[in-house]
Amino acid sequence: MSAVSEAVRAGWTTPCHPWPRHVLDAAAWRAMAAALADAPGVDLIAQWADGQLVHALLHDRALGAMLPVSVPVDSGFYPTLSRARPAAAWFERMIRDLWGHHAEDGRDGRPWLDHGAWALHAPLSARPVAVSGQPEPPEFQAAEAAHLHQIPLGPVLSGIGEPAQMRLTAAGERVVRLEARLGYAHKGTLALMRGKSPRAAARFAARLAGDATVAHSIAFARAAETASGIAAPPRAVALRAVMLELERIASHLSDLALIADAAGFAPPGAPLARLRETLARTAAAALGHRLMMDAVLPGGVAADIAPDGAEAIRTAARQVAELLPVIRSLFAQTQSFAERLAGCGVLRPEFAAALAVGGVVGRASGRSADLRRDIAEPPYDTLLLGVPVRQEGDAAARARLRFEEIAASATLLPDLLAALPAGPLNVPLPPVGGEGIGWAEGARGDVWHWLRLEGGQIMAAFARDPGWLVWPALEAAAAGIAVADVPLCLASFGATVSGMDL
Amino acid sequence: MVWRTVFRSALHRPAAEPVGAADADMTTMLAERLAAAAQARLGRSLAIRMVAAGGCNGCEVELRLLASAVYDLERFGLRIVASPRHADVLLVAGPVTRTMHEAVLRTWQATPDPKWVVAVGDCAIDGGVFRGSYAISGGADAVLPVDMAIRGCPPTPAQLLDGLRCLLEANAGR
Repeated sequence: MSAVSEAVRAGWTTPCHPWPRHVLDAAAWRAMAAALADAPGVDLIAQWADGQLVHALLHDRALGAMLPVSVPVDSGFYPTLSRARPAAAWFERMIRDLWGHHAEDGRDGRPWLDHGAWALHAPLSARPVAVSGQPEPPEFQAAEAAHLHQIPLGPVLSGIGEPAQMRLTAAGERVVRLEARLGYAHKGTLALMRGKSPRAAARFAARLAGDATVAHSIAFARAAETASGIAAPPRAVALRAVMLELERIASHLSDLALIADAAGFAPPGAPLARLRETLARTAAAALGHRLMMDAVLPGGVAADIAPDGAEAIRTAARQVAELLPVIRSLFAQTQSFAERLAGCGVLRPEFAAALAVGGVVGRASGRSADLRRDIAEPPYDTLLLGVPVRQEGDAAARARLRFEEIAASATLLPDLLAALPAGPLNVPLPPVGGEGIGWAEGARGDVWHWLRLEGGQIMAAFARDPGWLVWPALEAAAAGIAVADVPLCLASFGATVSGMDL
Repeated sequence: MVWRTVFRSALHRPAAEPVGAADADMTTMLAERLAAAAQARLGRSLAIRMVAAGGCNGCEVELRLLASAVYDLERFGLRIVASPRHADVLLVAGPVTRTMHEAVLRTWQATPDPKWVVAVGDCAIDGGVFRGSYAISGGADAVLPVDMAIRGCPPTPAQLLDGLRCLLEANAGR
């Protein structure tokens, strides 16, 4: 057992499903933080707060154990994890903005989501203070040397994308540092979820990130189900997997189109868009919505697959499998384009490991992580699922993995449809209390939701989008790239905003 | 000799008779006809800039498909441009978050007149599911004068295209 797991298990446990939560005092939490500094086998997945506690979710990869762990907040302060784990700095900035708890000796005390424009200060704290929001300009790190200059980008960025602000520090045409500031798409989703039943709050989970609506909905539904002590019926679980794989193909296709577009390489645009549109139309015909928004509900799914839906999805998967090699050869065999991708935005494996970043970004940098395999649950437990991994960590490796994952999902879909069990589509959630964690392996990485229910109503919630780890990874990888390659690098990391902005 | 001519001219009235102002109605009518002709010839093209006001990225997914080869906007004279300074139409998607309020307003101010504002999706119409949140200003009309709204969560590319074509016809003076 690692030192971290030992430190965590020293605390007393409180019920949380499916993994009990360990509550530590400040001294034990500090000991855990010290152990984390030298524990490469333990991932920090998320950090969030609730009332007078700050929570973290750890994954001891050697033990295969998920460890939710908490520390009480003492007069507004709690011991930091960001000295041991750089990724914790972003979580700690968010915890301060939303709950008002300060990380003692944290690595970065600047605000993250709160730009001073909200109607409330510390909106999720016990007593939020009403403020007349006057936005403050975001604070970026300064350019320290005379030969450096800074390029401001955003929050309105060119192209059709989400709002984000970035500050490039450059030496001539080389990026020395890319620093992001998000929060522009903060909609107060967690506050809106509170006081509602999981069924009523599902529409907020579905709108955390429109291009990962299925992954977020599944993770949220699972959290609600484990907290209520029920399980979704087998047919619903299988249908969710069908939706998740459809979303994965769609998201990867969109990202590949964005990558080609960012490099000014037009030829793959049309076939990729055609496939993407085919998938959207198939999803609408078979499952009722082009993005499958609101199709997953806590307790099951909203509706059954249309009578000819399975055949429509099989046809679409076949089209994807047929056209994919053509597009792939465009990527691989166009020398000028292939050269732009090779060596662009390299995320070194040790950075990927320190950040515990998942999805294509992590797997292209040597991290073999995929929740479909790592926490094998139906229907994935009976499927043989390869997890392709590469070591290069550049844009070319990420593009290659996207192609491989599209092909894998296109072969998974007919198997999932053939094994669709009969039975009910959803079960009601009992109006009980409890705490639960849910997850899903989305196209951009692992998605996690945590819920605390009382009398069938949400008292507290948190959602960890993959973006929390993808943006720090992007910042690490952008150092050294050409200024002109920044859009390409952004597209290659698939860095989205809304799910992370909450 | 010269002095005599000057002296005579001073005593004469001008030969030309005075006239009143030009017919106001006719002027207005002609001006309108000219404008209409120019609109019909020049107005069949709109440059579009999308502004993400803080939505969930769902509308952006559909807008990207709308801008793709499948829907081929250019055949209708619709063009996506990179800067609001080049745009005739701003497509505002998502609820306007309080943090984006100022940026949305400044984008609109940077767009030259005459301009259209289209609210894309339920959130941009009235805040959608996020209505009442501490972090939301409201729909696009909380910040900008909105000319047209396209419903949906998110609206499909076909619905977006229908809306934009109506705008094109109106802009061409039909």
